[in-house]
Amino acid sequence: MKHDLVLRVIGKLLIPYILLFALYVQFHGDFGPGGGFQAGVIFAAGIVFYALIFGLENARQVLPDWLVETMLSSGVLIYAGVGLAGLFLGGNYLDYFVLDPNPVHGQHRGIFWVEAGVAITVCGVMLKIFYMFASRGRSE
Amino acid sequence: MSIAAHLPALQVVLPLISAPLAVLLRRRDLAFWMVTAAAWAAFATAIQLWLQVAAGGTISYHIGSWPPPWGIEYRIDRLTSFVLLLVSGMAAVMLPYARSSIEREIPQESHYLFYAMFGLCLAGLLGITITGDAFNIFVFLEISSLATYVLIALGRDRRALTAAYQYLIMGSIGATFIVIGIGFLYLTTGTLNLADMASRLRGVESSRPVLAALAFLTVGISLKLALFPLHQWLPNAYTYAPSPVTAFLAATATKVSVYVLIRFYFSVFGESLVYERLPLPQIMLGLSLLAMFGASFIAIFQNNLKRLFAYSSVGQIGYITLGLSFDSVNGLTASIVHLFNHGIAKGAIFLLIGGIAVGIATPGAVSPAPTSPKGAGRREAAVPSNAREAATPHTFDRLAGLAQRMPLTCFGIVLGGLSLIGVPGTAGFISKWYLILAALEQGQFWLVGAILLSSLLAVAYVWHFIEVAYFRAPPVGQVARKEAPLAMLIPAWLLIAATIWFGLDTSVTVGTALDAARQLMDKAQ
Repeated sequence: MKHDLVLRVIGKLLIPYILLFALYVQFHGDFGPGGGFQAGVIFAAGIVFYALIFGLENARQVLPDWLVETMLSSGVLIYAGVGLAGLFLGGNYLDYFVLDPNPVHGQHRGIFWVEAGVAITVCGVMLKIFYMFASRGRSE
Repeated sequence: MSIAAHLPALQVVLPLISAPLAVLLRRRDLAFWMVTAAAWAAFATAIQLWLQVAAGGTISYHIGSWPPPWGIEYRIDRLTSFVLLLVSGMAAVMLPYARSSIEREIPQESHYLFYAMFGLCLAGLLGITITGDAFNIFVFLEISSLATYVLIALGRDRRALTAAYQYLIMGSIGATFIVIGIGFLYLTTGTLNLADMASRLRGVESSRPVLAALAFLTVGISLKLALFPLHQWLPNAYTYAPSPVTAFLAATATKVSVYVLIRFYFSVFGESLVYERLPLPQIMLGLSLLAMFGASFIAIFQNNLKRLFAYSSVGQIGYITLGLSFDSVNGLTASIVHLFNHGIAKGAIFLLIGGIAVGIATPGAVSPAPTSPKGAGRREAAVPSNAREAATPHTFDRLAGLAQRMPLTCFGIVLGGLSLIGVPGTAGFISKWYLILAALEQGQFWLVGAILLSSLLAVAYVWHFIEVAYFRAPPVGQVARKEAPLAMLIPAWLLIAATIWFGLDTSVTVGTALDAARQLMDKAQ
């Protein structure tokens, strides 16, 4: 679809806003609908959109395979790391209260990092699945 | 922080973290050490928890410091600690085996993914066991199941893919039924904490949603534990999965499902509902007998060693559910002990069978036809024949006279088989002893006959192996002695030794199981 002028221009215009919207959904998840999962999906959808228009190879230059694989495992690690941080700070596993002297701030801080982990992993998984399906029959 | 207080969380978290780390590290050696270290740490944790529970009673751990009915609770009683011990112990023993086994079974570039999946599967199984939260059970069930589907699909045989797909469909149906059942319970009680649920269910047990929940959970979990008519996924999955995966699944996955069933029957619904008001024990008894006779009978006629013992697993699960149908301390003890004993024996057997594949498939063991003058032609022919051999290393015609080449392996399988039969001096005898005690206690003498008769079927299928391996002449030119590598023999023999040990010294197994059974029956009343 590289030669489709309308798509290319509109795509270039929209993709930054899609990614921005993903971040909005991510960080506004405390107060409105949204959260890590949705943000990760939207972010991945932006990349998939890019890949559809400009080709898989270009998308792979933006987010190479090794980075995607790192994302999908490091998100889980961030989540588990928050849990362990609670443990090291004297609480139970996944205890957000101890993450900050003010327990309410602690809850905010905990859920912030947990949602970040979720978003990274979900985005990684989505892209991994997309890459694998999209590249089928090409490399083999 | 003191580590001792956080062991319940670490029990699940360590294997869970090891999986993404293994993916991050990418190097297969590092991934192996990562996951193996986590498995051994989990085993040490399980031992420590087992001791703590034995000394100080039930442990309750509040995830995120939210108190139980609201937050997720990890709850460890005697039964939990016993199953944790089995699952983590099996993983710890089998991982070193897996390293040398998957060298020959899985392409090198996906080794680190194998270890990651193994870690996830272990974390899931431990999580199902340790959690005291109904929805958490479902989540961990999915984690372990998804990892299991991948592990099965890694098998070298192409049929592994269809086997994994079959299990995926059946397993998903089972998981769906389980989550529907949990949904009904949540609808009725407004809580997901198992203990809270149990206390809120008193008085509304006979309402229709609760009965529906019981039905959905029973069918769903029975699918996962391969109760006889719902076992169709099991033989293929066990036959075509890589050998360490088969061994690990046979030793733990179905056993953890049995644990979930026990947990829901005794700790949530209560025995008065399950055993007195519904015909569930009769149904359970009938299906168990069908499993004991039907599956064992099918096992006798199998032409593939792995498939033979897979059907034997279905039959042995019949004994476990038979113990459940009695509604007595002895029956429950028999179930719990057999869950442990059969796990060890079957794990050992499948490890040894994996060794056979290596011994037969390595080029050194199979001497090439020496008389062929056409060197080039042989080279071309070698590829498809090797592929065929690789696909079916366990058919009986290729095992003829195997005992001469792999005496240790064959003797180990025979010892494990004796435990399946229930010969005195092996662990299997202890389980059957308690089963028979439970049957006698209720005056059901015909059941004693049935248990003994079905053991004869086990004699028949184990004899099938003995006859082929020991009494059939080996193919010409295949007498060179070639055992599986030590890294594979030692874990397998460790488990065989455990089978004998737990047949002679029952203080750990029966002691814990009796305590666990009493604890469950007390709570249920």
